[in-house]
Amino acid sequence: METSIIISGYGGQGILFAGALLCHAAVIEGKNTTWIPSYGAEMRGGAANCSVNISDDEISSPVIDKADVLFALNLPSELKFEHRIKPGGLMLLNTSLVKKIPERHDIEYLNMQLNEMAEELGGAGFANVIAVGAFVEKTKILSVESLKQALKEMIPEKRRNLLPGNLASLEYGVNFIKNLTKVSL
Amino acid sequence: MAKVLWKGNQAIAQAAINAGCMCYFGYPITPQSEIGEYMGDKMPELGRTFITAESELASISMVIGAGTTGTKAMTSSSSCGIALMQEAISAMCCAEVPGVIVSVMRGGPGLGNIASAQGDYFQAVRGGGNGDYKTIVLSPSTIQEAIDLMYKAFHISIKYRNPVMLLADGILGQMMEPVEFGEYPYQDDDVSTWALSGAKGRAPRNLVSLHMADGELEKISDRIFQKYKIVEEKEMLVDKFMTDDAELIVTAFGTTARIAKSAVKKARKAGMKVGLFRPVMLSPFPEKELYETAKSAQMILDIELNQGQMLLDVKASVFGACPVEFLGRSGGGLLTDTQMLERITTLYNKIGVRV
Repeated sequence: METSIIISGYGGQGILFAGALLCHAAVIEGKNTTWIPSYGAEMRGGAANCSVNISDDEISSPVIDKADVLFALNLPSELKFEHRIKPGGLMLLNTSLVKKIPERHDIEYLNMQLNEMAEELGGAGFANVIAVGAFVEKTKILSVESLKQALKEMIPEKRRNLLPGNLASLEYGVNFIKNLTKVSL
Repeated sequence: MAKVLWKGNQAIAQAAINAGCMCYFGYPITPQSEIGEYMGDKMPELGRTFITAESELASISMVIGAGTTGTKAMTSSSSCGIALMQEAISAMCCAEVPGVIVSVMRGGPGLGNIASAQGDYFQAVRGGGNGDYKTIVLSPSTIQEAIDLMYKAFHISIKYRNPVMLLADGILGQMMEPVEFGEYPYQDDDVSTWALSGAKGRAPRNLVSLHMADGELEKISDRIFQKYKIVEEKEMLVDKFMTDDAELIVTAFGTTARIAKSAVKKARKAGMKVGLFRPVMLSPFPEKELYETAKSAQMILDIELNQGQMLLDVKASVFGACPVEFLGRSGGGLLTDTQMLERITTLYNKIGVRV
């Protein structure tokens, strides 16, 4: 099975990191994966996005036409990519920044107040990892364990102080989905 | 060894290091700046040479200097930067100086833009230098292949004493995927018979691209083209996917070929007999291989991110064996597998084959 994911938001929200995190975890699980960033004139506060593919088989096209999943961490992302999700796909929406009413009825929306959640954990910088945690718990595409391992491998020695916060953020996202499930039961 | 996640540009740089590249000369330009950045970090640590040149002209001239001593050297740049190197590349071919050039294409013409494109096929394969010469051009479509081809580039550059270009594009340079490096698999040729190593104890040598004596240049020209024939016979690389029973064959190179493979797979699922022919070596071009593949097909569809450049080589190779159609996009726009499949389907129905 192949899953295509577009992660989009402002530069500085950890968009490229979130994508790379999924890729690292995919490699840990022995899967094939590709990651393409938007590059060049990107900057903090500007637009940033990346395309991630995760598959058990060879990935032919690393370029995503229609995605299975979109992370829209800000409003411009929602506007730009909402129509690029496959019918039956999933949009993870940061409702802290996207106040717009969703337009499509053929995809699933997962609403999360990511900025507020991240502040609870100590800073807006954790929003990306919370979103990744929620995504993997919801879709089970990768195991939470592989993501923890990937975080450990990706965060360099000199930034080691950020590891506990990132691990906690991952858990937060996972638990958010677990609690949702409980409510719906 | 387990696979590791690498960015294209950095993997290309590490592959050069593994291949024994002793000198890197370059000037930064998007979308390949990470190659120079990585080399600037690693080469001095290894006691090898890294120089940020004052221009692309200087970079390639430094490659010539290093190359004349039989040292493995490289430069890397993108479209408009490679344009500046053309005169030197012609000189390298004439003087038979080895060297590796990595070209990571962006949008053109002119300064263009920084998006991924394939508008420099002609620039790489035909070249903008003067006279009769050929750059050997290798075109990867995955990061793994970029690594393997970097190894080959250094090896055959020394073996045939000719510049070798790795022609990649912005997407390949910027993307990440899991790869395995492995050991440098080649035994390199001895350079001591020709390299400029100091004339103490032997007759002096020179490696020049000016040959004024009567008939001398013609001899050299004939010899280097003899060499290209050998490259064509011994080093040729093509990748064929489901071409054996294909009624329609897609030709494409680099990242476009990768996307095209996805379209071909989808076409097969829909019951269409479609295959993919991907030249991995673009110069010399795999004429024979393409002709042999094309003659049993009904139609060729050439897909490129330009206005139709490899198309000329495809047409020349197919030599009228079947019609050749073209799908392209220029200026940094991408073609998705859906768009490719659409054109494949339209053409497939046209050739009157029952689906």
